[in-house]
Amino acid sequence: MHMLKTLGLAALLATTSSLAQAQDLKIGLQEDPDVLDPDQSRTFVGRIVYASLCDKLVDITPELEIIPMLAREWEWNADGTELTMKLQEGVTFHDGEPFNAEAVAANIDRSQNFELSRRKSEVQSITGTEVIDEHTIKFTLSAPDATLLAQFADRAGMMVSPKAAGEAGESFGLNPVCAGPFKFKERIQQDRIVLEKFDDYYRADEINFDTVTFLPIPDTTVRLANLRAGDLDMLERLAATDLSSAEADDGIKVEKATSLGYQGITINVANGAGAENPLGQNAAVRKALSLAIDRNALNQVVFEGAFATGNQPFSPTSPWYNPDFTVPERDVEAAKALLAEAGFPDGVTVEIQVANNPVQTQVMQVIQSMASEAGIKIELAAKEFATLLADQSAGDYTASQVGWSGRVDPDGNIHQFMTTEGGINDSKYSDPEMDRLLDEARLSTDPAVRKESYSAAIAKQQEDMPIVYLYHPVWIWALDKDIKGFEPYPDGMIRLHGVSIEE
Amino acid sequence: MLTFLGRRILTAIPTIILISIFVFSLQHLLPGDPILVMAGEERDPEVIAALREKYRFNDPVPMQYLAWAGNALQGDLGISLRTQQPVLELIGEKLPVTIQLAVMALIIAILIGIPAGVLSAYKKGTWIDWVANITALSGLSVPNFWLGIMLILLVSVKLGWLPASGYVPLTEDPLQSIRVMIMPAFVLGTAIAATLMRHTRSAMLSVLKSDYVRTARAKGLQERVVLVKHALRNALVPVVTVITLLFGELLAGAVLTEQIFTIPGFGKLVVDAVFNRDYAVVQGIVLCTGIAFIFMNILADAAYRILNPRMSQQ
Repeated sequence: MHMLKTLGLAALLATTSSLAQAQDLKIGLQEDPDVLDPDQSRTFVGRIVYASLCDKLVDITPELEIIPMLAREWEWNADGTELTMKLQEGVTFHDGEPFNAEAVAANIDRSQNFELSRRKSEVQSITGTEVIDEHTIKFTLSAPDATLLAQFADRAGMMVSPKAAGEAGESFGLNPVCAGPFKFKERIQQDRIVLEKFDDYYRADEINFDTVTFLPIPDTTVRLANLRAGDLDMLERLAATDLSSAEADDGIKVEKATSLGYQGITINVANGAGAENPLGQNAAVRKALSLAIDRNALNQVVFEGAFATGNQPFSPTSPWYNPDFTVPERDVEAAKALLAEAGFPDGVTVEIQVANNPVQTQVMQVIQSMASEAGIKIELAAKEFATLLADQSAGDYTASQVGWSGRVDPDGNIHQFMTTEGGINDSKYSDPEMDRLLDEARLSTDPAVRKESYSAAIAKQQEDMPIVYLYHPVWIWALDKDIKGFEPYPDGMIRLHGVSIEE
Repeated sequence: MLTFLGRRILTAIPTIILISIFVFSLQHLLPGDPILVMAGEERDPEVIAALREKYRFNDPVPMQYLAWAGNALQGDLGISLRTQQPVLELIGEKLPVTIQLAVMALIIAILIGIPAGVLSAYKKGTWIDWVANITALSGLSVPNFWLGIMLILLVSVKLGWLPASGYVPLTEDPLQSIRVMIMPAFVLGTAIAATLMRHTRSAMLSVLKSDYVRTARAKGLQERVVLVKHALRNALVPVVTVITLLFGELLAGAVLTEQIFTIPGFGKLVVDAVFNRDYAVVQGIVLCTGIAFIFMNILADAAYRILNPRMSQQ
């Protein structure tokens, strides 16, 4: 008994003293990330962890400009087929291995050729890497690729230690070794991921925490309760419905950024038998559906007005948004007229599948009621997400309420969905003019030229409407009021450079 | 006793094999494609083809089962498609968590349920009986998730007494571990306590009417001795059966409770695995749960024999 008491006291002392010294930051995540290997990983929350674990070749500003990170400068050759990057010197991976041009070449090779790599399409334009010197690398491309730098600002640009990756192979994700501000310490699946400060980090002076702990807490109410109770310092994706209560709380502050992604209704226009119905066959019916929706009311009812309404793959605040087509006002009469013109004066009935979570179901119920007033009767098919995705991909659907998390480069939000060969073009929409415009936009590195192509593509999209865009989520972070220096980014990441706790 | 246990364990083997075949086939009947989930948002066709090949999704289901069973016999339950972690390691990581939750919940349930059952049987028809019954009924009717969220709001947010969620291993910090677990165990335990109370009550009622209890009273034994030593001991035989059956309910309840309180146990693992179509993990967990359930039943049979020695002579 005496022994137990002593042990207990010692444990108590140990915890209190460690609290006093080590500065730990606890971040609540909405989900448990998948495998922590930048080449294999696929989840949004995984990328939040990487922001502290794995530095990338380049980074973005909140305004989406590409800025140096592990690459300190770069230049393109005249025809945009060669990219030469000068790398930061004196950078080491968490295992002490040097970061250099050889390491970059090995990383690109892994992204392209590793059996389990999910990055293959992101770096497919690279046909060769050449190590010019210790800290200079040249990429040769099959054709100009305006999206490449943006890919380097995400998982394809995250550098892992070639030595560790070679030794661990497939199970690299169980003990990832990168070159970010924190190194991997431990992970208990569905409970926590703990990172600890990497002392040899080349920007160590910007890092103010000894450890950072990511805690997946899927329930938004419980996540907020944890922040209020002081068990978390910060959380991502506060529910819009909790926004007013969090804002009213003196101990909490809230930060927001409009995301790069969107939510919409993808319509099957040519993907098998599911396309054979008025909605799939007739653009006028699709436009009528769009006109029947009051996007502002939708935003108010489901998201308390916190999200951003939308009608294009880019949010209205994006430089790529086409202002000639502003978010339409609801016009029930015009919608009815379009239906009548298309030969459906008595209205149409369509089935729309939706993920069976409360928020997306509510979105579709609001739309269902709005559309019925214009003569479009919507039957909702609520499905669990994996099923919804499989049905959508197989063409076994009429319309599907889904979204896209968004990419830094505009190409990522539109090309794969609207081009004939696009990998996630589940509508099977196909138009040679659209293909040409979107391919062209990819080839040019001149923003003005690209903008022109995207504007024309969006004009075409508004005409054919294989996707009815609804809204753009807004990332909402809730933080303890003592956290200083946090900057919201539209990619939803949590960058800890310069963030601190000041009491 | 030993032959009895040996026989029971041998007869359990075909059941376990049947369970594994069932789960394997049922999973493949589930709608949704695990590879599509794994391929990520981009769903690159090249990636999808590589993953299908890699994880043998192109093989016929019976072949996939045989491959799995062959590995399982050698103690390899495969890896989690989502995180690459070996399933056996995951189970080893999660099992103690859920066992701790279940044991704490069971202790709470027994501490509340059995005394309440004895008391309400003894005081049958009085206000004590009524209060106990109404409390039990509400314990059964209140959904776990509602009670859980209410407790978090009250105890953690308003009063700040206990952590709202999370988990600390018993070996790391026993006190904190129990503090974190007490609320979920209570939520899980109350529902079980209600069932337990009802069963104890009815078992006690029938035992209290029996001749030997009357004899015991006639001998002039103290009422407490009559109740606890004579009546309760016999009444406990059916209650032990109920406790074993409740073990299944505990595991099922743990699924919900672990979701609410974000406890990284079996229940949370299985729910996440189902949603991600992480077949190997689901398969491994169901197998382990099945084995645990069979084991609990064997234990219960052994417990009857200890409580009532006449059973072993039959």
